Amino acid sequence: MLGALIIVFREVLEAGLIIGIVLAATRGAPGRGNWIAAGVLAGVAGAAIMALFAEAIADAFEGAGQELLNAAVLGAAVVMLMWHNAWMARHGRELAAEMTAVGTAVTAGERPMTALAVVVGLAVLREGSEVVLFLYGVVATGTSASALLIGGMLGLAAGAAFTALTYYGLISIPARHIFAVTTVLIALLAAGMAAQAVQFLDAAGMIHVLGQRLWDSSGWLPQDGVAGRLLHTLVGYTDRPTELQLVAYLGTLAAMAVLSWLLGRPIAPVRERTALR
Amino acid sequence: MEVETGNMMHAVVLAIALAALGVASVPARAQEFNLVIRNHKFEPEEIRVPAGKRVSIYVSNEDATPEEFDSAALKVEKIIPGKSKGLVRIGPLDPGRYEFMGEFHADTAKGVVVAE
Repeated sequence: MLGALIIVFREVLEAGLIIGIVLAATRGAPGRGNWIAAGVLAGVAGAAIMALFAEAIADAFEGAGQELLNAAVLGAAVVMLMWHNAWMARHGRELAAEMTAVGTAVTAGERPMTALAVVVGLAVLREGSEVVLFLYGVVATGTSASALLIGGMLGLAAGAAFTALTYYGLISIPARHIFAVTTVLIALLAAGMAAQAVQFLDAAGMIHVLGQRLWDSSGWLPQDGVAGRLLHTLVGYTDRPTELQLVAYLGTLAAMAVLSWLLGRPIAPVRERTALR
Repeated sequence: MEVETGNMMHAVVLAIALAALGVASVPARAQEFNLVIRNHKFEPEEIRVPAGKRVSIYVSNEDATPEEFDSAALKVEKIIPGKSKGLVRIGPLDPGRYEFMGEFHADTAKGVVVAE
């Protein structure tokens, strides 16, 4: 039971942190609950399918199918997060202003909800397929199903509680600043995912450059400890990063900063309008 | 809406450019090792590999249940379905001990890669 609890909690926690951030970032958007629920459901369905075809995936591309799939899933999530932040760079200020003024944002309807729903779906897909395979393995060995169920449910509940904690923690930030905070969180999330993605490409045998380890901080902040795991999901902390991982991490942050700067510059008509107010 | 599509394109182009930076290199021939998972244990539990080289480990899971080869030290997370084989690529490693485990049976499935 404890094994099921720990594994389910660990995976739900990682997806849950991402969902919590996405929920906070879409504060005030109409229909966001449906979008995110759709993302979660699609992710769960995808995880079951991925687990079902685990063997075929593992055998694909000369044994590198799993790594390539992981890299692709992470890469797609990075692109979606970039899209979201680019959109926010253009509209975030109006959004925050409207939220403080009337409590809800009128322009919120146009927000790139699809992008964030996809991010949620991909996060659930990645973590969920591991849970499905693990639970299948336990069932197959004939461990008591009820103990498994209890462990799994407790793990799920603990993970969900963490999602709620992340969300309520973030929305307690004043409306004026919340989007600035979520934009930074999303940029760090994307950078961490990009660093993971290049490591999967390395493990797939696709990349053979900059593979040297830069440092080893596993002694005082191990990545498989509680704090290390949280930081790994949130800001992409890695206790033994390679040169390539650092390049991918910084490159993603730089790309997002440049994109935001380009799109965030005030355009002439907007400036006039604010001056008139 | 056009603005969004434009952003998306930028992002995609950037991502491809970043990926291309790394992919364009020739894979080196890696030394091969074998590892078996039986009754949720690794056999052998210790593998000695050359330091500073890329190494391929073929992990053969003889159990009926899936296992996840997991090692933060080796930077590997790989699911090996039941009754099948998986290829784990590691290195180049500095000399030292690198622990790994089967995440789905962490209490029994333990092992270590020694790079020398």
